Amino acid sequence: MKLQKFPRFLAVVILFYAVIEILFKLDVVNGYLLHIINLSLIYVILATSLNLINGITGQFSLGHMGFAGVGAYVSAALSTLVFKLSPSKPGDMLVFVGCIVAGGLAAAVVGLLIGFPSLRLKGDYLAIVTLGFGEIIRTAFNNLDVVGGPRGLLGIPKFSNFTTIIIASALSVVVIRNLIQSSHGRAMLSIRENEVAAELVGIDTTRYKVMAFTFGAFFAGIAGGLLAHLIQLAHPTQFGFIKSVEVLIMIYAGGVGSITGSILAAFGLTFLSEGLRLGIRSLADATGLPIGGEWRMVIYALLLIFIMLFRNEGLMGTKESKIIELPEVE
Amino acid sequence: MSAPLLKIEKLTHYFGGLKAVSDFNFEIPEGSIYGLIGPNGSGKTTTFNLITGIYTPTEGKISFQGHDITGQKPFRIVHRGIARTFQNLRIFGNLSALDNIRIARHYTTRSGLVSSILRMPSFKAEERQVRKEALELLDLMHLSHRATEKAKNLPYGELRRLEIARALATKPRLILLDEPAAGMNPKEVDDLMHLILRIRNEFKVTVFLIEHHMKVVMGICERIKVIDFGETIAEGLPEEVKNHPKVLEAYLGKRGA
Amino acid sequence: MGPLINPQQIINGLQLGSIYALIALGYTMVYGIVRLINFAHGDFFMIGAYAAYAAFFAFNAMVAGRTGTLAFIVLVIAMATSASVAWLANKLAYKPLRYKPKLSSLITAIGVSMFIEYFFSAFPAIGASYRAFPEIIPRRDIHIGPAVVSNLVLIDLAVAAILMIGLTLLVRRTTLGKAMRAVSQDKDAARLMGIDIEMVISFTFLIGGAFAGAAGLLAGMTYPRIFPYMGILPGLKAFIAAVLGGIGNIPGAMLGAYIMGIAETFASAYNSLIGEGIAFAILILVLLIRPTGLLGEKIADKI
Repeated sequence: MKLQKFPRFLAVVILFYAVIEILFKLDVVNGYLLHIINLSLIYVILATSLNLINGITGQFSLGHMGFAGVGAYVSAALSTLVFKLSPSKPGDMLVFVGCIVAGGLAAAVVGLLIGFPSLRLKGDYLAIVTLGFGEIIRTAFNNLDVVGGPRGLLGIPKFSNFTTIIIASALSVVVIRNLIQSSHGRAMLSIRENEVAAELVGIDTTRYKVMAFTFGAFFAGIAGGLLAHLIQLAHPTQFGFIKSVEVLIMIYAGGVGSITGSILAAFGLTFLSEGLRLGIRSLADATGLPIGGEWRMVIYALLLIFIMLFRNEGLMGTKESKIIELPEVE
Repeated sequence: MSAPLLKIEKLTHYFGGLKAVSDFNFEIPEGSIYGLIGPNGSGKTTTFNLITGIYTPTEGKISFQGHDITGQKPFRIVHRGIARTFQNLRIFGNLSALDNIRIARHYTTRSGLVSSILRMPSFKAEERQVRKEALELLDLMHLSHRATEKAKNLPYGELRRLEIARALATKPRLILLDEPAAGMNPKEVDDLMHLILRIRNEFKVTVFLIEHHMKVVMGICERIKVIDFGETIAEGLPEEVKNHPKVLEAYLGKRGA
Repeated sequence: MGPLINPQQIINGLQLGSIYALIALGYTMVYGIVRLINFAHGDFFMIGAYAAYAAFFAFNAMVAGRTGTLAFIVLVIAMATSASVAWLANKLAYKPLRYKPKLSSLITAIGVSMFIEYFFSAFPAIGASYRAFPEIIPRRDIHIGPAVVSNLVLIDLAVAAILMIGLTLLVRRTTLGKAMRAVSQDKDAARLMGIDIEMVISFTFLIGGAFAGAAGLLAGMTYPRIFPYMGILPGLKAFIAAVLGGIGNIPGAMLGAYIMGIAETFASAYNSLIGEGIAFAILILVLLIRPTGLLGEKIADKI
């Protein structure tokens, strides 16, 4: 038997963590850049979890940020309104972790409920139903006065930091990756490939479709909770349709069905997005022309259209990097 | 004679007002190779779809090994021991040949979600076992050299074999083959006939097949049922069926008879 | 609290339903022919409203005083502009993906929709903020018993009715209509019969776009406030109306739209949150109970 190798993915994550921490201490990475890295890591969770639903299982969700919204609001309501946590109090960190998990579980329950229509619906119809559910969730936040209604939930304690986010992000990727590379994951893949054939080789397609939605929603909920505790705000507009489409663009840019692609695209597009924001602002300042922030979304929309027209398989196709992929059990 | 493996009683199915299958009665004894033939649109594939649970019959009863399986979900019927292939191949194209087979073994695996995600020793042992069996099956089908290749890149004849291998991987007692010889050249047809005989003789799986290719039907089927417009018009030994006036009429039209 | 069946609400509902119907028809025709949920369709509606806005200011001085002529010019320009954009979207974004997986065109349609909305709000001459829609035809109220019927209600109903009758005649009586029906039944067979599929699809987009443009003008006159994102919700609701009626089915879209208009009016009068959510509730109910819609037919998967 071969000696068990040190997991490559874990090694890369630790290396990345150490490098960023050191650069941060040396002031090469400033607080703003670290914030963008944190956002990217949260988008890694969102993109990989959406990929589990859309890319691996071949279902289609257009309301992924709705799940994130449930996680954000539930976890923030617990930490802010119920337990009144504070990062300065020792021990509150543990309660915070509990709040995040509770947010994920709440999102998973919603995912389970949304998974059921998916049993009967396919493709575009499913897209519309998930969009509808996402909008219903957003409308509900908008009208719930307990969590601030249209003003949003303010004053959320800042528990999310580079350490918590990278741990959550790496854990999410590992769990989703391990799930995909198991017999259960192959069952999900078979639904994407040919649902009738999957059913006729004995796969309970219903169960796996619901499972994909439930897992996907759970991790989206975790991401939403981390986001709320990073930017210290949970607001209905953060979880609308357009935000879901941004995550969708990530998985298509990275390659539907590739975890590696989702991770790369989450980083790439989060940085691109910030770059565009800054670039447009400085262009407007320099020229004095009325160039608005909406141009960022114009470019995003064109990017999506171009990917679909000219590079349907995205960056990675369905391939995985050797860092992510586990070796076959032999 | 022992109880039949598959027993179909008064099976009838409508699409809207159209009668696709009508009063279909049928028994397959264990260990036989049985053929279902008929002109295009006569209801053969519909019958397969009814047996495998894709459609729920309007009327009638289907029993397998003495259990009523009428209207059960397709995957449960597979678990009971009926596997099938499709007229127009339905493989998992973007997955490897090996994965195509492993997916068919999934329902017999026992590792739960937690042990799979944590990759516990029991999970790894099971993965190893499934992989070994899948590779053996590929080997038996002369497909070992394709194990890691994406299925959609396989040539047509190999895809047909892969689909049969995948069906066998579900460990069936009965396999339904829907036009397995479609699109094959004479050499491939000969190989297929050998393969079907092996499925019955070595794997001990009963075979029920739809086929237009008369060489296959007459060459290996022990009994044949002929249907037209959903109704049974003849049933019996190949020689009996071949010269049955109604069969000639159905295939060649009235004047040909 | 008024009587349960308030005639005023029914009138308002029919008015809203007329606008939904014009949008829903485009959704349903495009879906019937290319099996695409054209997400950008609601934006064609928005473009119609902006085109009408621009046309009003361009021609107001020229035909001063002749309200009828002005309204007609504005209507034609709104319809032509939306139709052109719809035609262009099909040519540039949807046609290249015609024989790719269905979801590719759906995602592209989301991209087209986003592009139109953000381009309009980013473009300095248009901008993201609300604009008051001019009074093209002065509003007059007619009192019938307890209910108030404005001339706008009558115009909305009449324009929608004329266009819908025209469409029905086109689909039933003309060669083009026959070709459209053939393509929606079976694209391959239609092609073998010598029908120019792409031409039929282009026409469908043109007609759908023109109807959305007309709806944009009517909506501008009725609810006089326009903005680049105004197409999202009506678009979604009109789509749901089309699903309710049976997507791909023209009379179904009309029926669904009027049911939706009335349901929404009643629900909003009861509670604004329910009013906001009723469309989605209808959608989910329809898809769970009768996914083929009220007048739709079941399409069997071939196995």
